[in-house]
Amino acid sequence: MSGSVALEVRGLAVRYGVITALQEVSFRIPQGDIVTLIGCNGAGKTTTLRAVSGLLKPSAGSIQFEGSSIAGLPPHELVRRGMAHVPEGRMVFANLSVLENLHMGAYLQRDKAKIREMLEFVYTTFPRLREREKQLAGTLSGGEQQMLAIGRALMSRPRFLMLDEPSLGIAPLLVKTIFEKIVEINRTQGITVLLVEQNANLALEVSRHGYVIETGRVILEGASPVLRQDPQVRAAYLGG
Amino acid sequence: MNEFLQQLLNGLALGAIYALIALGYTMVYGVLRFINFAHSDVFMVGAFAAYYISNGLARWLPPESIPGAVIIMLLAMAVCAVLGVVVEKLAYRPLRDRSKLNVLITAIGVSLFLEYSGQLLFGADPKTFRLLPSRNVELGGLVLNSNQLIVFGLTLVLLLALRHIVMKTRIGTAMRAVSFNHQAAALMGINIDSVISFTFALGSALAAAAGILYAMNYPAIEPLMGVMPGLKAFVAAVLGGIGNIPGAAMGGVLLGMVESFVRGSRYSTYADAIAFAILILILLFRPAGLLGKSVVEKV
Repeated sequence: MSGSVALEVRGLAVRYGVITALQEVSFRIPQGDIVTLIGCNGAGKTTTLRAVSGLLKPSAGSIQFEGSSIAGLPPHELVRRGMAHVPEGRMVFANLSVLENLHMGAYLQRDKAKIREMLEFVYTTFPRLREREKQLAGTLSGGEQQMLAIGRALMSRPRFLMLDEPSLGIAPLLVKTIFEKIVEINRTQGITVLLVEQNANLALEVSRHGYVIETGRVILEGASPVLRQDPQVRAAYLGG
Repeated sequence: MNEFLQQLLNGLALGAIYALIALGYTMVYGVLRFINFAHSDVFMVGAFAAYYISNGLARWLPPESIPGAVIIMLLAMAVCAVLGVVVEKLAYRPLRDRSKLNVLITAIGVSLFLEYSGQLLFGADPKTFRLLPSRNVELGGLVLNSNQLIVFGLTLVLLLALRHIVMKTRIGTAMRAVSFNHQAAALMGINIDSVISFTFALGSALAAAAGILYAMNYPAIEPLMGVMPGLKAFVAAVLGGIGNIPGAAMGGVLLGMVESFVRGSRYSTYADAIAFAILILILLFRPAGLLGKSVVEKV
């Protein structure tokens, strides 16, 4: 599949009432890559992901997923087409058990054997989830909830995975584990990853390509190793 | 002692009916965070649907026979399930993204619409409801009405069925997921609109069953018959902790018991006042209801 494009966003704009949250955001994600969007709090990273996964209606621009236009489609339709979005703040169903959360991730999958197979894969990737299977998700630690959120997204067997701030509010040791898992999922499953992070250092370390968003527009892009050396990026996002 | 047991039974039967209605309020609140005030009128439509179906099918399906009664009840439940889904689709869905106050006022409007359409279509004068013959059974000095037994049995069956649907099935788990967070549920591939429709269908079918059971015990049915039981069931849902399904069932039974005991005492004329006063007291000490957790409402 090398050479084909998983996601292409052009001139994306989103408005909340009179406030413009995004204007002219464009980026492209090749199949099988890890691409990151970095930027400060409020720059528009989360808004971008929410527009792509259908939680927000864009006011302008085009979104092409695997060659077909998806702008304005409802989120459940995008899941059917192979997209998964791990939202900011994890949003695990606190009132459901870990297992029920994972089953919800496979909501559109009717084949029980395939669900079991995916469940086994998720439990192998995150053994902690197997131990906590019967527990209510609300009782998990932040890091475990993040594992659950990622595992739940994987249950739909996506080809394209979007992660919004997976490091937020998690113990540093777990952050490392989670990022290793993200890379592993990308390598072994061939899942394309779009990673949104405030932790630019980490994000540029695991990704191949990066986009820098500031006040609702892309101000810089490049190969991740290059961005890490960029004086502007270093000053603004990597602590000098 | 007998007097006590007798009131206990009466209260349980009344409370079971409140519980069935309260479940609809609490389930809709769970997924949409608003009170569907038209729910009490779906209860009324349930009774009328059974009335007209039993009249229409009397030649083939004697309403006194058990199979006849079962089929009439199932058909009336289906009618109300459709009504609930249609009301949500036409009246509430277009307002989904607006302020909750808009939907709440619309719900009151739908309620009035159903009540006065009922007066227009069914007539304002009470009709006599008849389903299964009513017999009194004496049991160790207690008088048990066969209709009360049906209330107990059917409520138990419906509660267990509901519990199974909500806790064990795919759509039930999706209902709980939607009630936790719409967006997270949508990201799972869940079609939120279908889950909400399903919730309305389920709640409305239970209200229809409650309407029929109520009419079997109080056989004069009229288009405003839902107002008081509906109000009490709403209070029962709040008492149990709005959004909490076991809470609604518990609140309904508790409210029915309190009402029945007060009615059996010499303060019977104040039954409603005393029942509500007790509720206010309970809510003063447990504002989120008996089984509810207090959640800070985000503004």
